[in-house]
Amino acid sequence: MSEEEKKDYAESPINLEYHYTAGSATTRFLNQVKEGKIVGQSCPKCSAVYVPPRGSCPRCGVATNIEVPLTDKGCIESFTIVHIPIPGNPIVPPYVCAMIRLDGANISFLHLIQGIDVEEIRIGMRIQAVWKPKDEWTHSLENIKWFAPIDEPDVDVATLRFQES
Amino acid sequence: MIQAGVIGVGQTKYDAKRRDVSMGGLVREAIDNAMLAANVEWDAIDAVILGKAPDMFEGVVMPELYLADAIGAVGKPVLRVHTAGSVGGSTGVIAATHVCSGQFKTVLTVTFEKQSESNATWALSPRYPYSPHINAGAGGYFAPFIREYIRRYDAPEHIGWKVAVKDRLNALKNPLAHLHIPGIDEKMVSDTPMLWEPLRYLESCPSSDGACAMVITSKDLVGSRDVAWIKGMAVRSEGTLSAGRDEVNPQAGIDCAKDIYDQAGITNPYKEIDCAEIYVPFSWYEPMWLENLGFCDLGDGWKLTDKDATAIDGEIPFNMSGGVMSSNPIGASGMIRFGEAALQVMGKANDHQVEDAKVAMGHAYGGAAQFFAMWIVSSSLD
Repeated sequence: MSEEEKKDYAESPINLEYHYTAGSATTRFLNQVKEGKIVGQSCPKCSAVYVPPRGSCPRCGVATNIEVPLTDKGCIESFTIVHIPIPGNPIVPPYVCAMIRLDGANISFLHLIQGIDVEEIRIGMRIQAVWKPKDEWTHSLENIKWFAPIDEPDVDVATLRFQES
Repeated sequence: MIQAGVIGVGQTKYDAKRRDVSMGGLVREAIDNAMLAANVEWDAIDAVILGKAPDMFEGVVMPELYLADAIGAVGKPVLRVHTAGSVGGSTGVIAATHVCSGQFKTVLTVTFEKQSESNATWALSPRYPYSPHINAGAGGYFAPFIREYIRRYDAPEHIGWKVAVKDRLNALKNPLAHLHIPGIDEKMVSDTPMLWEPLRYLESCPSSDGACAMVITSKDLVGSRDVAWIKGMAVRSEGTLSAGRDEVNPQAGIDCAKDIYDQAGITNPYKEIDCAEIYVPFSWYEPMWLENLGFCDLGDGWKLTDKDATAIDGEIPFNMSGGVMSSNPIGASGMIRFGEAALQVMGKANDHQVEDAKVAMGHAYGGAAQFFAMWIVSSSLD
């Protein structure tokens, strides 16, 4: 940077720390995650299953008060391979960021895919969670290190779209 | 409802770093240009509506308060709008709604982003509580939807390159555009590094500093000025993490477009709209929005792009100014679309003017593709 450029601006770092209040629905979910279990919540009106649950169904505007135990298996709804470093992000690229659709869930969440050559990853591929050692489990989906492929036939993702019955 | 029109559009020069001006200087540059174009003085302005994307993009919280003097809002009502990337569009709708309400005769609206003052990709990639830290900016979020679009409709990869080239060639006709890349072609685009597969560097929008302003007035005050009449306008949103949501073809986009077409009496947008400035921050969003906005059937968007229908001399020109792909001061990017649509029907788009444009569309989307803002402007009230 030249001396000339230095004259007309100044670095002014700011920090933001916050204390996240999970709320009752997410607290129930995270307490199960701490035990290595994934428990979605379903809408009493349209029956859609949300994981992670955020406490209400955006379709119906009602509390998702029905607990739905899920497995840690599902499929890749879609994915990207991130090739550039993201400021503040500790994961070294390239990495695969995938929309994970667990069996029985009606929305997906983002997580990592590993254990396969990136060229072979495809939409609809079956995957399962690879968990960290039990003594490292906390109230976080980071208890899952990543999802890895399993030897099951691909899913037609068109069939995943939630339709109210 | 009062009929309203745009009588002045003002823009800054867009660039990676506008270090020659402060944030206040940047918005004022756009405002001065808009008021000059509109031929109005400060005493004619009844309210000022400011829009911008998240405050984290610069690190200045509630800039509408600090900017009140620079935007001429002292002693007048001031309102700040925020709907993520769609904010430039929704701010235009809010400003026009003020006029249409009859409570305000003439409203000044301005939107901006000064991305060089911080890092928007950092701001969009926080570590969420109880989740792995894998957020990778806007491109990282949208790339899986684009991949699904390509899979669903078996679209060939050169479509993305083609949009990237077309928008940058249009930008060469717009002296205000941030990116000017003479000689750009599909090979140049396809040779650039992959950022978020399947998106390459030149298939992505830049980070820009810039501002856009408009003066909107009621029919009785237009006088002999050039005017873009607002024939339809709407905003819509939808749940981000909602069961049944189709991120490739969001329902809120479909509904928002239908609303403005109904207001403007448009039944066939492909035939009745002369040109459109559509929010395309990543190349593949052109074919995706062609379909979402009803310009063609599902799966046919990439075919329209492929046969040059969206070129400046095509059947439905998209982003004659170079679009978001060529200039992206995020908070302003939607208003640039709205303002450029107005310039087209006023016949004031200079070298990127579509010949005889009478009806134009402006469009913006934002957030997780769940906020939409759109309008139709026309050269005549009939």
